[in-house]
Amino acid sequence: MTEALYALLVGPFKDMGSSPAFFAEVLIGGIFAGLMYSLVALGFVLIFKASGVFNFAQGVMVLFAALTLVGLMERGMPVALALAITAGVMILLALLIERIVLRPLVNQAQIILFMATIGLNFFLEGFGEMLWGSNVKRLDVGIPDTSFKVAGVLINRLELTAAITAAVLVSILAIFFQRTRIGRALRAVADDHEAALSIGIPLKTIWVVVWSVAGLVAIVAGIMWGAKSGVQFSLSLVALKALPVLILGGFTSVPGAVVGGLIIGMGEKLGEVYWGPLVGGAIENWFAYVLALVFLLFRPQGLFGERIIERV
Amino acid sequence: MTAPLLEVQQVSVRFGALTALSEVSLTVESGKILAIIGPNGAGKTTLLNVISGFYHPTAGRILFEGRDRTHLSPPDVAELGVARTFQNVALFKGMSVLDNIMTGRLLKMNGSFLLEALYWGPARRQELAHRAVVERIIDFLEIQAIRKTPAGRLPYGLQKRVELARALAAEPRLLLLDEPMAGMNVEEKEDMCRFILDVNAEFGTSITLIEHDMSVVMDISDRVVVLDYGRKIADGLPEHVRKDRAVLDAYLGVSHD
Repeated sequence: MTEALYALLVGPFKDMGSSPAFFAEVLIGGIFAGLMYSLVALGFVLIFKASGVFNFAQGVMVLFAALTLVGLMERGMPVALALAITAGVMILLALLIERIVLRPLVNQAQIILFMATIGLNFFLEGFGEMLWGSNVKRLDVGIPDTSFKVAGVLINRLELTAAITAAVLVSILAIFFQRTRIGRALRAVADDHEAALSIGIPLKTIWVVVWSVAGLVAIVAGIMWGAKSGVQFSLSLVALKALPVLILGGFTSVPGAVVGGLIIGMGEKLGEVYWGPLVGGAIENWFAYVLALVFLLFRPQGLFGERIIERV
Repeated sequence: MTAPLLEVQQVSVRFGALTALSEVSLTVESGKILAIIGPNGAGKTTLLNVISGFYHPTAGRILFEGRDRTHLSPPDVAELGVARTFQNVALFKGMSVLDNIMTGRLLKMNGSFLLEALYWGPARRQELAHRAVVERIIDFLEIQAIRKTPAGRLPYGLQKRVELARALAAEPRLLLLDEPMAGMNVEEKEDMCRFILDVNAEFGTSITLIEHDMSVVMDISDRVVVLDYGRKIADGLPEHVRKDRAVLDAYLGVSHD
């Protein structure tokens, strides 16, 4: 009994202490992964804040963006041009979604909008593969997948670039949506469509803006994940990892998406390396979900979410 | 002579086979309080929705200061200086009372998003100026104590008051109130009456309201329009409308003697 407790509560921390450089590497790996999760979670948060819709298609938007980018580059287009066109495609997609899916469903129950995004999910998946084919594609962004050492700690160039990009993007968006009047308008739209309209907030514009931003965030996420593991269908499953991040951080909070992502990223890497051997490994795949479950029990609105108020 | 603030001309609204409004015309004079009354289902709220752009008329025109504004969307109508409240209270329930009222200022805010993001210079001054306006409205409506309370937690009567505050924050020229006193007790009604009269007197805001309580309507309105089954059956001074034969029939049932 005491042995088991020792192995669970003391052993892992002793291991961390005995090899600080390795510990730092694991932690950095966790931060990198966490920032990537934040990036995907951010797409969810923006759309949820603005329309109260949980966008089931966010993961496929990441895949679609990456597929489009790679497809254009394979046809010999320079990277910059391909990026610009992909951005244009994602904005066009936002316009179409607003016109065809959201506008006819104004003031419908949230579950109906949610179902609509499931439809969108399957459409984009099929459409993307129809356009660009379904085989795994390599995405080369020109950053070598090699490592360098800082104070005895190995750091991967590609991961570092991805993490910094994600961090910068997330900070800019967080500040923009927290501090500007668009942020206030977003919260208003999420809360009550009619009231928002009556105080002069153009619903359609707001929706196009957030879906466009979510699309652009999807491009960045698609590039980062695609460069690491190739552009393929499994990219859209990254979105599933964003779910526990959202539950942790709160569905309505941009900073929450960042903090939630970091906690999940670091938690699963540390858990895998130091606690994984105790139960035979592979903690990484379910750790995040267990953490989310615990949060649902004790703090369903997440760390930064708005308190859920229900008058009976 | 200048054009009246708002003119509704021969407006009809049909939903499929149902005619909600049928050739209704009315005029809102600047600085006056107009009451729209009528039995349930008479088309009062539909009329308000048409004026605020939520519905568009099947036939007829809406003029704002003499200009045709028939097909504007709700945000565009808000931009013209029309603010409204809703029958079932449409507040942003998760936000504090203060934030709710601040959203009423959104149309008045302008300037650079970049500066806003940095909360610096003119943006900071602007935010503080808007905050000052909102604080005046909070004082005016006597809701200082609930400033930080999430709107969803408030009792119904106070929610209605906060909704009025949000509408006032837009400094509207025309204020549309959909049953501002529904579900209130006597004291709350008296407070609301006082606020409506004060808003009208102090800011010169034109007010169009829907109300069921006849004594309230007779007390505060300069003119009364009566709807029944989507048609206008009376339009005039309160004391005249009260004695109008068609109005009495609509409210009390037609006597067949």
